[in-house]
Amino acid sequence: MCLRHVLAWIGMALALPAAAADYAALPGGQFASVIPADGKAARATIAPFRLRTEPVTNGEFLAFVKTHPRWRRDQVASVLADQRYLSHWAGPVELGKDVLPRQPVTRVSWFAAQAYCASEGARLPSWYEWEYAAAADATRRDARKDPAWREDLLAWYSRPSSAPLPVIGGRPNVYGVRDIVHPVWEWADDFNALLVASDSRDQNDPDVLKFCGAGAVSLQEKENYAVLMRVAMLSALKAADTTNNVGFRCAKP
Amino acid sequence: MKTVLCAAAMTATLLLAACSGGSPDKRSLLADIPSAHAAPAPLMLAPPDFGPPQGAPIKAVLTSPPHVPPPIHRDYPAKVIVELEVVEKEMPISEGVSYTFWTFGGTVPGSFIRVRQGDTVEFHLKNAPDSKMPHNIDLHGVTGPGGGAASSFTAPGHASQFTFKALNQGIYVYHCATAPVGMHIANGMYGLILVEPPEGLPKVDHEYYVMQGDFYTIGKYREKGLQPFDMEKAIDERPTYVLFNGKEGALTGDNALTAKTNETVRLFVGNGGPNLVSSFHVIGEIFDRVQPEGGTVTQHNVQTTLIPAGGAAMVEFHTDVPGSYVLVDHSIFRAFNKGALGILKVDGPENKLVYSGKEVDSVYLGDRSEPNLKAVTVAAKAHAAGTLTRADQIAAGKQLFTGTCSVCHQDNGQGLANVFPPLAKSDFLAADPKRAMSIVTHGLSGKIKVNGKEYDSVMPPMAQLTDDEVANILTYVVNSWGNAGGQYSKEEVAKARAEAKPMAAGH
Repeated sequence: MCLRHVLAWIGMALALPAAAADYAALPGGQFASVIPADGKAARATIAPFRLRTEPVTNGEFLAFVKTHPRWRRDQVASVLADQRYLSHWAGPVELGKDVLPRQPVTRVSWFAAQAYCASEGARLPSWYEWEYAAAADATRRDARKDPAWREDLLAWYSRPSSAPLPVIGGRPNVYGVRDIVHPVWEWADDFNALLVASDSRDQNDPDVLKFCGAGAVSLQEKENYAVLMRVAMLSALKAADTTNNVGFRCAKP
Repeated sequence: MKTVLCAAAMTATLLLAACSGGSPDKRSLLADIPSAHAAPAPLMLAPPDFGPPQGAPIKAVLTSPPHVPPPIHRDYPAKVIVELEVVEKEMPISEGVSYTFWTFGGTVPGSFIRVRQGDTVEFHLKNAPDSKMPHNIDLHGVTGPGGGAASSFTAPGHASQFTFKALNQGIYVYHCATAPVGMHIANGMYGLILVEPPEGLPKVDHEYYVMQGDFYTIGKYREKGLQPFDMEKAIDERPTYVLFNGKEGALTGDNALTAKTNETVRLFVGNGGPNLVSSFHVIGEIFDRVQPEGGTVTQHNVQTTLIPAGGAAMVEFHTDVPGSYVLVDHSIFRAFNKGALGILKVDGPENKLVYSGKEVDSVYLGDRSEPNLKAVTVAAKAHAAGTLTRADQIAAGKQLFTGTCSVCHQDNGQGLANVFPPLAKSDFLAADPKRAMSIVTHGLSGKIKVNGKEYDSVMPPMAQLTDDEVANILTYVVNSWGNAGGQYSKEEVAKARAEAKPMAAGH
């Protein structure tokens, strides 16, 4: 009983106003994305922005649905979130004993993530912003050439997702941003504009570009499977989809 | 809203990935079958459409390896519903070693699918809600873009449906074609789909499902614990494991395939890759029939059949002799150092006419070289010079005897009780010294009596010995161990060799 009280207290303590979240300032600049800006080789230009240092947690999202009841799982419009939306919680406004307040929230749709970010005066990061932030390690802004960086991403893919998610608390990168490449996938604002036809017969099919203009057909660094898989995952989703492993963080100008 | 509009177009075009599929010239390949007269109209041989599906829809039976769904005894094309679930799960890859596999149906290789040529297949690909990855499926038996991959890209917790007509018969690989394709395949996302010809396949006693794959782990071969995927090794094509059915030991010990003697066995052998080509071989069997690459041309009497990555073959053979037959990739270090081993255990009565088992375990001295054979050289020179003496022959014969005869008859000519008859003081030899030349050159089998004891065994013909050598050996024998003495000449031996084989079991 005592433990439950303590956990409840922690939950309440963490259910702070969302505005209390920390944002780190990132300088931006020219960035060699896996998705070239012009569909061929151009680097992306990223304006300075701020990024949430941590993914949004269950505790934070619980506070959000309490103040924004139309995002409760029992009230959300079905076009904005699928049936699995927040289904791991014990109730519409209750996490339950198996869901920890400090775990990243998952089973949230793109629409819900966007609404949450708006509630803290922010937005979802673009793919380029997210990729740029995730390219760093503890000491370097761009650690992508280091095999250890890639192994870190791949190692997470190799872990089965049947085990509960860990709580937030990974080592921050050089910007002070943590838990970005794992333990969850994260929504990007333009997740569905990343059109990729990797390694395929369609690679030179110019029509692919025309379906959705903002993306690109070819990947710059094919060897960089780890990032490619992010793109693949995001590309598989629709905006109302939720999965066990997709969460989000927010960005601000 | 932009995002919603884009979403639909996107899922349709994405990540179709690499390999197979629906090229229009695929069907024209059938023109190469021998029965096709050399008519310059290859497309005429494209299979017919078989018409619309008939009867009630049928739910396909899927099986886990090494099992194969039962033959289809159906004489009309039907609508067949296939439901396949993608599951990402940790499973053993070797003793004490686990790996996070991505699977079609929870096994590696994935569930075996069996349909009939002309069937309309309604395919449902489900991706388990707790999957991390999106997946799709490219079936090499599908005629259409991406082999289905374009229509089956499926996020975790979703299901996709597409329908295809099984136009071509054969055994086909299916695999995940989501980027990065290599990693999805390396994690076990492949299996086989059989499209039976309308008349079915010839009946056999056993059908089994075997599929090779190469695996890349950070840790070394058999290094314990959960081993993550190693992208560098995969790109370099340096597999840690090469396995049949996704696990070292999947087809050995208690998991061995089984058959009885005098049965027919059909193996559907696929190769998922991602990198290696398999030299598939069953140690101790000859494939009576192979349909290489899953095609329609049948090859006979094949020892080793090459199975490309992303290809499959049907292999059939008859079991004649009981024992354990070892399935290997005959790129043999893979078999013995990376795990590509399986066992087919055949039970039943021995068939000595086909295979005797070990008849002789003899010591091979390997001493037939200088200087031990100096006397032989001396004798040969003496013979050439016309100065060969009995003493030369005995000296040469002694050395030859050591290399050839003594392992059975022993150095002292005493033989081995009840197995190999004695040459020392042998009444059998004394009774007919000339017969000895025939025995050595033609062999002897069956019952004989020597010095009062019966022997019933086999002496193979010593065909490797020259006339000269036989003459020297026998001269040595009759002048040793209390035998009566005498001498054999090269010419006499040549004559005995030319004569018919002596009656077995002399008196």
